[in-house]
Amino acid sequence: MLADALTIVLTGTGMLFFFAGTAGIIRFPDTLSRLHALTKADNVGLGLLILGLAFQAPDLLTLGKLALVWALALVAAGTTAQLVARSAWQSGEQSAERSADAHDPAESTLRGDP
Amino acid sequence: MTAWLLALGALLLLSLAGAMWRIWRGPQAADRMMAAQLVGTGGVGTVLLLAAATDWAMVDVALVLALLAAFAAIAFVKAQSSDGSGDPEEGPEEEVAGLSDGARRPSVRAADAG
Amino acid sequence: MTGISALGFDLILAALILGAGLFAITVRDLFGAVVFFIVYGVFVAIAWLRLGAIDVALTEAALGAGLTGVLLIGAVARLSRVTTPAGNNTSDEMRRPPAGARLASMVVAGSISGVLGWAFLSLPDSTGLRDAVADNLAVSGSANPVTAVLINFRGWDTLLESVVLLAALVGLWSLARDRDWGRRAGLRQHARPGGVMATFGRLLPPFGLLLGVYLVWAGSSYPGGAFQGGTVLAAVWLLIMMAGLMPVPRMVSVGLRAVLVAGPLVFLGIGIAGAMAGTFLGLPPTYAKPLILTIEAALTLSIAATLALLVLGTPDPSP
Repeated sequence: MLADALTIVLTGTGMLFFFAGTAGIIRFPDTLSRLHALTKADNVGLGLLILGLAFQAPDLLTLGKLALVWALALVAAGTTAQLVARSAWQSGEQSAERSADAHDPAESTLRGDP
Repeated sequence: MTAWLLALGALLLLSLAGAMWRIWRGPQAADRMMAAQLVGTGGVGTVLLLAAATDWAMVDVALVLALLAAFAAIAFVKAQSSDGSGDPEEGPEEEVAGLSDGARRPSVRAADAG
Repeated sequence: MTGISALGFDLILAALILGAGLFAITVRDLFGAVVFFIVYGVFVAIAWLRLGAIDVALTEAALGAGLTGVLLIGAVARLSRVTTPAGNNTSDEMRRPPAGARLASMVVAGSISGVLGWAFLSLPDSTGLRDAVADNLAVSGSANPVTAVLINFRGWDTLLESVVLLAALVGLWSLARDRDWGRRAGLRQHARPGGVMATFGRLLPPFGLLLGVYLVWAGSSYPGGAFQGGTVLAAVWLLIMMAGLMPVPRMVSVGLRAVLVAGPLVFLGIGIAGAMAGTFLGLPPTYAKPLILTIEAALTLSIAATLALLVLGTPDPSP
């Protein structure tokens, strides 16, 4: 089955991007870099996953829903990345050098204010 | 095919444990929020894999998750803004114009002075 | 092979749910706890899917992972504004209740879990009411057994739930200070016109409206219904208000109040009409489907408005 083979290849590749996103969010040194890693999983990972599953869709309605899920995820990822990045930028550019010790109670406030 | 989809779903869930580590660790609130976004996207992916493996009616759950994924982030950036209901893209003048003194946080005032 | 995959999936999911719950109560940061709560909602929605309860998964995805997260994030922000007037950092000691209170709540929570576990283990082996519902589904006016139970077979519960939601809003509003009464609910929302947030607030609502109405409509034969659709509509309305595109309605607005009580009133009215015909809340099989759709449509609007206003909270007391 060609469709099944395509599903397996595409969903498997999509999973790699999810892993890349997770690795980035764990390993990258500062908040803005981690944001960047995240969008890979959001846009490409989910996109490939949905593309792969589309070959299994039983009808057009389901296919349309799958496309809508990806469209929503793209719009949401772009919007939230932009807004959260700007918000993090404003509330403290010192995150990079402070990320070393996470359990400083002063950092535990919502804004991350000093 | 069902076995492959479920195994992939299990792997995807496993990768979300990494995002949970980042939520635990922080250090900035933005880090936690974006890690939650990753769990949201991963959750959408997992639901789609489950839908393909078991019952396509589950796609509606992925639609709801994808639609509402951005809402928490929007609420978060609003809460981060100086009066708790603004937009990080607004310039300082606009923010001041829309504010009563009592609502401004001391930290913001300090940042303006410095 | 499928069995092993499914078992691995379920084990990992169970571990993640327990982990998210545990971290939510142990993380030394209020906002972190809220984020774990949101993540917990996502995992629990997946768990409901594994149990075959798509209707419940929809509700959990919309409420647990969606709207409640927004509510709690706003609550944490308000709390930090209230508790740090002089810019002092909110230390853990300030937030942490005394040891006795913590011990007491641990004992209470532990006993409730224990009783629930005991009740679960001592349940008799039975299929519950599943067969009874399946036998009478044809006369219920709905092909979705969950909707049939919610609106028809156990209409009482749903009617009272819609009233409870309304009572919660009345309770919340009564917390407003007298001189704030009747003003716009919540904080004064604003965003940069034409900015990313405002654009998002224009782009998403058409899809959200479509999905919300679809969920209510599909609820008569597939998973979905008034609560799921209403929650999605509430989120859409909130987004439009948060993006500064539409003013928050005043608490004294007659139109707003009409929408708030429409659902329970329509439900009660049809129930009383049923009482005159023989059974309170009884739906005659010939008209059951249109009646269910009427009740669901009215309930959806009321639920959407009530949930959105619950998230917005009382008027901002600052001026």
